[in-house]
Amino acid sequence: MRSWTFFLSALGVGLVFFLAALGLGNDYVFFAGYVVLQYIVLATAWNILGGYCGYVNFGTAAFFALGAYSSVALHKLGANVNRYASGFLADILHLILPLSLPSLVIVGGIVSGIVGLGMGYLTLRLRGVFFAIATLAMAVVLQTLMINWDFVGGSRGAYVIRPNSISAGPVTLSYIEYLFLVMLVLAVVALTVARLIERSRLGIGFSTIRDDEMAAEAAGVPTLRLKLIATMISGAFMGMAGAPLPYYLGYIEPSSAFGLPYAVNSIAMPMIGGTTSWVGPLIGAILLGSLQQIATVTISSAVNLLIVGVLLVAFVIIAPAGIVGLVESWRRTRARAAS
Amino acid sequence: MSIDLLMNAIVAGLLLGGFYAAVTVGISISFGMLDVVNIAHPAFIILGSYIAYIVNTHFGIDPILIAVLALPAFYLLGAAVYQLYYWAFERRGQEALRGLAFFFGLLFITEVGLILVFGVDYRYVEAVYIGPTWRLGFLDFPLRMLVPCVVAVLLVVGLQLYLTHTFIGRAIMAVAQDQLALRLLAVDPIRIKRIAFGISIATASLAGALLIIIQPIEPSVGREYIGRVFAICVLGGMGSLPGTLIAAMLLGIVESFTATFYGPSWAPAVAFGFLLLTLAVRPAGILGR
Repeated sequence: MRSWTFFLSALGVGLVFFLAALGLGNDYVFFAGYVVLQYIVLATAWNILGGYCGYVNFGTAAFFALGAYSSVALHKLGANVNRYASGFLADILHLILPLSLPSLVIVGGIVSGIVGLGMGYLTLRLRGVFFAIATLAMAVVLQTLMINWDFVGGSRGAYVIRPNSISAGPVTLSYIEYLFLVMLVLAVVALTVARLIERSRLGIGFSTIRDDEMAAEAAGVPTLRLKLIATMISGAFMGMAGAPLPYYLGYIEPSSAFGLPYAVNSIAMPMIGGTTSWVGPLIGAILLGSLQQIATVTISSAVNLLIVGVLLVAFVIIAPAGIVGLVESWRRTRARAAS
Repeated sequence: MSIDLLMNAIVAGLLLGGFYAAVTVGISISFGMLDVVNIAHPAFIILGSYIAYIVNTHFGIDPILIAVLALPAFYLLGAAVYQLYYWAFERRGQEALRGLAFFFGLLFITEVGLILVFGVDYRYVEAVYIGPTWRLGFLDFPLRMLVPCVVAVLLVVGLQLYLTHTFIGRAIMAVAQDQLALRLLAVDPIRIKRIAFGISIATASLAGALLIIIQPIEPSVGREYIGRVFAICVLGGMGSLPGTLIAAMLLGIVESFTATFYGPSWAPAVAFGFLLLTLAVRPAGILGR
């Protein structure tokens, strides 16, 4: 299937879901669905670096929160332009702010992508382990930075007041439906990009890094450049997933935006689904994401995190290739039995 | 800037650094010598803190004594974790991606498990040396910091003597360099690594007790130490215990200066700057091989 066909059909499937949810007329579907979609983006983004290149990023929460905080900063700036700027600058700011949600998503992506590039440049020249550790530490540092940055609320957090509804022409959507729709499109874009990478020269380069970096380097693959590209794309999507978060929650503070659950989920979902193709993170995110939504409502939010942790450890030990791998080996044995 | 403020910041940094050495020494063994990237180490330390907390509140025993008594249990835990890690990842050559995810999962499970049992309240222990301060001229030596520092230095020195003067210790140093050569000497490298990893987790018991003496803890405190321990380990030269001690003292002083002159809320960022700088400028560390 060509990428455009894939993109349009995935978008079609998503829209069917959206219309079905509209038909149900229950806002909770959108609140829960938004989270699942957000995890599809995060898991797919993580997998571009983790699954394709084999480099572990523990700092998903940092990239994600960076996107969220860039939205908060722009929101604050837009609300009080005159306090922070004057003259010509203020005129320009008045002209662009407040930004629409899709543009905030793009800004969040750019910010996180640049940070990913910088991080990668400093640490990716060394062994992969150092990159993993550095991402882990980066989450702590960025959190410290946000705690000390009063403009975006510091440790007290910041409130973001979202409009009740949004209308374009004859269509009026409630804001949560709009957020859901934005995230849906983003998820489809992320999946399309992941699939495109997988089938391009870039993806082949990525897998040579994963399989044997020394050999790839010796064969003339520009490994550092490829790793930097992967880190940047991956970080950018994480930032994009985070950008609408302040509008979704209405309130944001550092310890929840930088929460470990984001990092664990974005690793667990591809690992459980399978890391070698774009289907794995999708399956993992839908399964784990829905499971957590159900467990949060029925049991407790701490227990559902425990479930994720236990599933992650169980899968990496017992089924290293994830659900996709299980299905493949099952099909292989069946084919062998049939022949 | 007054001279006594400066001197006190240095003293506080050295005391803090000594404690950091105890926290890091386990990582120096597991990551530096065995190449096992145990990012769950801080979680084991927090586990040690909670054990010290439980026994201390129920029986009033000294936290350090509790930690010493718990050493064998932590050693066995470590040996078991390594055996599982070897069997599931190292044997298949999958330690890079899945091994890391495994330890990350362990870290997360421990943290969430502790939250489920104890909640997120801060816990602390009682001991005679928490509170009083020795004064030497204008220098302050709070016993709450001095005792952990002394214990930590004893721990590092003891481990260094063990590693350089016993057969098993030397075998542990050797396994980091050449497994095959070790096998030719009829020593099973896996057994040596299991022992070494057990020792590295055992140090977490002691480090945990020291941690809860220094500050009240809650389950997620451990995460702040991930950046610190790896920064110290790398800066110290990966698996050199004297290097670890020096690097820990250095980080302690820098953090203490940051806290004194810029405010304590910036301290966690220092370790990261340290780590990035080390990785970018001198990845081999101070006493690197």
